[in-house]
Amino acid sequence: MVDALDRRPPPVESQTEDAAVVVPRGPVPSWLITTGSIVFVLVAWQLCGPFINPLFGTYPTAIAAAFWKLASSGKLAAALADSLRPFAAGYALAILVGVPLGLVIGRSRVLEAAIGIYVTAGFAMPLVALVPLLVLWLGLGFAVKVAIIFLMSVFPICINTWLGVAAVPKTLIEVGKSFVAPSHVILRRIILPATLPYIMAGVRLALGRAVVAMVIAEFFTSISGLGAIIQTSANNFDTATTFVPIIIIMLMAVALNFLVGAIERWVAPWQAEIAGRDQQ
Amino acid sequence: MGEVDLVNVSKQFMLRVDGKVHAVKALDRVSFSVHDGEIVALIGPSGCGKTTALRIAMGLETASAGKVTVDGREVVGCGHDRGMVFQFAELLPWLTALQNVMFGLEMKGLRGPQLRATATRYLELVGLGDSLSRRPHQLSGGMKQRVGIARALAIDPKVLLMDEPFGALDAQTRETMQAELLDIHARTKKTILFVTHDLDEAVLIADRIVVLKDGRVQEIMAVPLRRPRPDLGRVRGLPEFAATRYRVWQALHQSSDTLH
Repeated sequence: MVDALDRRPPPVESQTEDAAVVVPRGPVPSWLITTGSIVFVLVAWQLCGPFINPLFGTYPTAIAAAFWKLASSGKLAAALADSLRPFAAGYALAILVGVPLGLVIGRSRVLEAAIGIYVTAGFAMPLVALVPLLVLWLGLGFAVKVAIIFLMSVFPICINTWLGVAAVPKTLIEVGKSFVAPSHVILRRIILPATLPYIMAGVRLALGRAVVAMVIAEFFTSISGLGAIIQTSANNFDTATTFVPIIIIMLMAVALNFLVGAIERWVAPWQAEIAGRDQQ
Repeated sequence: MGEVDLVNVSKQFMLRVDGKVHAVKALDRVSFSVHDGEIVALIGPSGCGKTTALRIAMGLETASAGKVTVDGREVVGCGHDRGMVFQFAELLPWLTALQNVMFGLEMKGLRGPQLRATATRYLELVGLGDSLSRRPHQLSGGMKQRVGIARALAIDPKVLLMDEPFGALDAQTRETMQAELLDIHARTKKTILFVTHDLDEAVLIADRIVVLKDGRVQEIMAVPLRRPRPDLGRVRGLPEFAATRYRVWQALHQSSDTLH
């Protein structure tokens, strides 16, 4: 009897997968609260905005009008494409370098002692101060922009991966050892998947820094892309137009953050299980 | 064949307390054997070194002195002649039940259609033929440990090493698993070294019981219960069960007395 009970697969509604992802929430859904908050801020801004000198501030409808002007002239799309190319290249390069580097630092005591300190220090590097030097090395074009974005985003990815490796349960590695798995197999098939949630958290943190780096690069190297629109319109005291790229950049960061979150749930659906370890 | 011999196995840990390094003796000249096809239970209070002894036999830790042999060959590191069942199953959470069993087989070098077929066969052996594609978080505690047992058995080791495998399960599931382990043992005739802190469990499943106290073998006793033991509920009612249980209890009780 007991045997029969235990062998029966648990009913779907009692599966821990579902139990783990249920977040306690009130009767109002979170997305509605967020939407309400945005509407409130926009309305308040719109109501106060027109009373402020357009030199010192702007308001949503003025920004919308400026957006329409920029978009219809084709300038906005061109600037966006200009900004996104080095952004994508630098950010992708940061992931491609940061993840393997974090994995090996986390795995090797010698490498951790030898290069861990540069990674920790590099995370706090005042990059803006180094931009002139980077320009001397790489010129004013695409390469220097990629380098700035790369340097801003590689460290959080590397550090998170490194911390993630350190947090892999020892027993999971022992599973690999007990089946005589060679260390490169343990790295690829146990440590890497177990570290994925940390890697994705690092990729998320790096996202915000990469977006900031993109604008820094456009301000301090050859002025181009969304950064150029900010610069020129600010110089013309056209505050409304200045806000168009600023808001686009912020929206872009929010959208990419959602995208990374979706990828995370796709590549690491077991994360809830690792976080909520429960043997029963 | 599958004969395990621990010969004068000692293990020292270095423990730093308040800046001072203390040598802690986890195992002190531990010797016992597990004969071919036999189930030996290693029992003792927590901290007595039973898990350390098992881990040394597996090759996950090294002995400070002494040696472990499997069929006369000295243990150096892990090997496919031994299969480990961990206390909390320790399935890889990103793999399905089938993939978890296949992982061990792949490490042994199995490839192709045989890989999947073998893994499936062993999951069927532990009664999980219907749950091949479930991930660990979709399995109950007992089912997880079944996958853990299938994973260790699938590589066809000479010896199964089990580290309190049912300790984390509820009482009813534990009883089911004990009966199933005996059933699997009857069918596969594997040599099993089984660590437990549960008196009843030791007497129910083992042929012999090794009582560890403070890292030393306190007593080795034979369990006078015949195999097969198909009905563990009935075995619990036998006078031999009660007598053996009492003897083990005495041995354990004695050990805690001599501590003070």
